[in-house]
Amino acid sequence: MSESRKYPFPEIDSDICKGCKLCIEACPTNVLVISEKLNSKGFHYAEYIGEGCVGCGNCFYTCPEPSAVTVYLKDYVPEEVS
Amino acid sequence: MFLLPRRSLRRSPSFTGCNMEKKTVLRKPKGFIDVYKHKPGAEKDRTHYCPGCGHGILHKLIAEALEDFDLVEKTIIISPVGCSVFAYYYFHTGNLQVAHGRAPAVASAVSRANPDSVVISYQGDGDLAAIGGNNINQAANRGENMAVFFVNNAIYGMTGGQMAPTTLEGQKTTTTPYGRNVKTDGYPIQVCELINTFTAPVYVTRTSLQDMANIRKTRTAVRKAIMNAKEKKGFSFVEVLSMCPSGWKKDSLQSQQWIKENMVPRFPLGVFRDVSEEAETVERPVPVMDTEEVKKIFGYSDFKASTIQKNTEANFKKISLRVSGFGGQGIMSTGIVLANVGMEYGYNVSWLPSYGPEMRGGTANCSVKIQEDTIGASEVTEPNMIIAMNQPSLEKFEKIMVPGGALMYNSTLIDIEPTRNDVDIYKIPITGIADELGDTRVQSMVGVGAFAAITGLFDPEEIVSLIPSLFAGKPDKVLNMNEEAVRKGYDYVTENYSV
Ligand code: SF4
Ligand code: SF4
Ligand code: SF4
Repeated sequence: MSESRKYPFPEIDSDICKGCKLCIEACPTNVLVISEKLNSKGFHYAEYIGEGCVGCGNCFYTCPEPSAVTVYLKDYVPEEVS
Repeated sequence: MFLLPRRSLRRSPSFTGCNMEKKTVLRKPKGFIDVYKHKPGAEKDRTHYCPGCGHGILHKLIAEALEDFDLVEKTIIISPVGCSVFAYYYFHTGNLQVAHGRAPAVASAVSRANPDSVVISYQGDGDLAAIGGNNINQAANRGENMAVFFVNNAIYGMTGGQMAPTTLEGQKTTTTPYGRNVKTDGYPIQVCELINTFTAPVYVTRTSLQDMANIRKTRTAVRKAIMNAKEKKGFSFVEVLSMCPSGWKKDSLQSQQWIKENMVPRFPLGVFRDVSEEAETVERPVPVMDTEEVKKIFGYSDFKASTIQKNTEANFKKISLRVSGFGGQGIMSTGIVLANVGMEYGYNVSWLPSYGPEMRGGTANCSVKIQEDTIGASEVTEPNMIIAMNQPSLEKFEKIMVPGGALMYNSTLIDIEPTRNDVDIYKIPITGIADELGDTRVQSMVGVGAFAAITGLFDPEEIVSLIPSLFAGKPDKVLNMNEEAVRKGYDYVTENYSV
């Protein structure tokens, strides 16, 4: 992901996502949408429209797939990931 | 075009994690295994749960709490039978998967044996409220130190949507196609209410995954229950109303709506009891194991350790034996006697019977192990010896023998020849020898004697000297006949085979 991205933002693994739409419903700012594209398992996956995330964490907590959603919060410093 | 964030969301939200540090990223919690290596198949990066299934959400809340409280290493999760049977694929904790409904019983034992562990019983409604109904009640009543997470989705999900104890009145399932009828099926069981009638539980609550506000309340409840377990506060019970989109034949959002509209009126949300603050730490009395007292109870006060010498020159150092035949051929007693004699010789032994329809005339069999090392599994799957008392047994068990083993079969009753040519064959008229002695029932001891000769493990006279204690209470005539049977079996082998 590019360093210039504005925190907070969600990252959705399009291949792991099962397209249940729970995150889309849970997002208070409506910045998640379902893609027209299918992933390798045949699911229309959820995507971030690229701006407007407030880092509330709703999408993370409502997503039933452990590794589908990651939310980088406002104070996230990329160097943390080694 | 976007809704404005709600007021509270304009402030930057904060999440606390390990040691209450502020989280800067929300990602797959460390309570999960990184790559689900125990999961068969190619998809080791995702769960087996259906899209929108509530299990995944609850799993995540548990895994997050375990990471945040630094309890991953200390936790043992007991998984049930049901869709979450495979919880052990995912959690990076100790795991046990147990028989249907028995998670609270196993969790009790695990918690008592490891009082410093955090023990979690994770169960669905069919598991907890139907087949395991009594187990959960007893564990709650004893106030076992554990956190129970009870997923209530009002249906049997894994088996295809049958009526569960918590199925709502009028709810259609595959087994209630016209809707649950209370006249025939009773009412949905309200488990929190039931648990709340016991004195011991410290925390009893019902939450829901119907929307974000309730998912967050569930998160709080999960964390409290896990904290209680960590601090040994006793029994915490968290019921979670959860979506089963597949079983309900709805999409995930309709399922959340369905919880709100249909489940919540019957299963009211809220805290039924919370005495976590004032609860005292559970301290169980340490069991006392006084060996002298135990010997007295079992009548072994005068018991002396065996002085029998092992035969270091024996042909077999390690026995994995299957004894098999008709019910009534003394199959089990052959095994028991051999295991007991082995024990007298100071070996580690095990005896595992396999009963079943065999009791009514089929094949009965047992597994016997006799060895120096500690025994792991007591079932003998690769025997190096078999004693086949009838034809079906020979056919069944010669197939699984390891090469080089010893195959003993009862030629009185078996007309066919063994097909294996990579094992040593001992063709012995076991039943015939017993009949000559005057009682078919002593055939088991003929087998024991022959075993001693083939393996070289036991001295026949040592076995004979043990017979009075092995057959305690039997008349002398019976003892004598059994002693003779051991000698005859032994002699038959030494006279007809070079061992
Ligand atoms: S963190 Fe909140 S605001 Fe951001 S995408 Fe997820 S749900 Fe929407
Ligand atoms: S909640 Fe998770 S699985 Fe469902 S659509 Fe969103 S990212 Fe995909
Ligand atoms: S059948 Fe129901 S409970 Fe089972 S995984 Fe699917 S949605 Fe979940």
